[in-house]
Amino acid sequence: MASVTTIVSQLTSSAFLPATEFCRLSQSLLHWSQMQGPGIDLKPPPYALDALEPHMSKDTLEYHWGKHHRGYVNNLKKQIEGTELDGMSLENIILASYNKGDVLPAFNNAAQVWNHDFFWESMKPGGGGKPSGELLELINRDFGSFESLIKEFTIAATTQFGSGWAWLVYNDKKLEVVKSPNAINPLVLGYHPLLTIDVWEHAYYLDFKNLRADYISTFLDKLVSWDAVSSRLEAAKVLE
Amino acid sequence: MALRALANGKTLGRLYHQQIRGLQTFSLPDLAYDYGALEPAISGEIMQLHHQKHHQTYITNYNKALEQLDDAIAKGDASTAVKLQSAIKFNGGGHVNHSIFWKNLAPTREGGGEPPHGSLGWAIDQHYGSMEKLIAKMNAEGAAVQGSGWVWLAVDKELKRLVVETTANQDPLVTKGASLVPLVGIDVWEHAYYLQYKNVRPDYLNNIWKVINWKYASEVYAKECP
Repeated sequence: MASVTTIVSQLTSSAFLPATEFCRLSQSLLHWSQMQGPGIDLKPPPYALDALEPHMSKDTLEYHWGKHHRGYVNNLKKQIEGTELDGMSLENIILASYNKGDVLPAFNNAAQVWNHDFFWESMKPGGGGKPSGELLELINRDFGSFESLIKEFTIAATTQFGSGWAWLVYNDKKLEVVKSPNAINPLVLGYHPLLTIDVWEHAYYLDFKNLRADYISTFLDKLVSWDAVSSRLEAAKVLE
Repeated sequence: MALRALANGKTLGRLYHQQIRGLQTFSLPDLAYDYGALEPAISGEIMQLHHQKHHQTYITNYNKALEQLDDAIAKGDASTAVKLQSAIKFNGGGHVNHSIFWKNLAPTREGGGEPPHGSLGWAIDQHYGSMEKLIAKMNAEGAAVQGSGWVWLAVDKELKRLVVETTANQDPLVTKGASLVPLVGIDVWEHAYYLQYKNVRPDYLNNIWKVINWKYASEVYAKECP
């Protein structure tokens, strides 16, 4: 267990591993570590806290990861200690506490831990651009064009009222855009998440104030890691 | 013939129609104090953004939704009318809630933070034991709101009882009970405090009581419970 954590943290601080390799490796490590039933930990983003500047400030990362995400991790650990959820993988805690929609107390923290891990890994320094390969093919097939996907994803992120998330998912062998309130994520619907954007106000308020639309377009133009989305799609296809 | 000419311009037609139906649109109410007057409890920067950007956006979108609803009703387009309900609840609720919120606040030199005397003060002591206990309860419930929402002190006008309640997003208080009348509402959306208090919502809640306008709350209470 300890050796898994060390390998992951060595990888995250390594400058030498290409993004796609890192993503593939971390996916399979995550899968492996889940099989081992690890404790819940605050994973660092796969880049330094100032690496997304000027598009997402170091300040934002310090609060968003360092306070909000850390808070969810610490509160979850406290909540599950000594209960049957203790020792379960994070994904299993989410599914168990979702309880078919009649959520149990641990759900909010567990889902938010997972959502934020997934969010950091959905971005990279020098992100943006266009997807390629099979991902682009499926985008063209299921949305008509890349521009059409961007439009639909933007609408979902803009119109998720209050707090929540917008997602690109793989479901029934098709790509879809969905949105969810508060902590809900597509795992509970049995979908395979491929990409997410956090639209809780804390995700963008320091950098963009009320201008959520500017945050969303910056995310898509400058931050999104299509490499990560491609890796996740590859993993999801194996499972469907 | 002349009517058709008017109605051909879509805007003119709609205006004519709205005149007949008397569709009222809404505009941003003024605050009774300067943006900076609630410092240090709430920063001037937050007050200005909150009023000029967030509240204004709710009003703009509410007016748009009402116009679209008006059109849909006129055309007998039931499915559009129903589809618009969430936009009306979000944005209309946002306008209703924030209009109350600005009246719930006052600079300390104008009585902000001064506890209520009279019937509301007595009712709080009767029902909660003390103002401190009421504040502790509202702070706990406000801190526990998942995501975005409000925490309210209300009076049930049927039962003549004080109630502490929370609502999600911009749901108005009446969604929790048709007889609930808001006395004090505290916005716990992150935009209400983030620039100043960051993730520490409890600090915001502790401090906002210094600028709560109990005079207004007392007036509303006295009207419902004379």
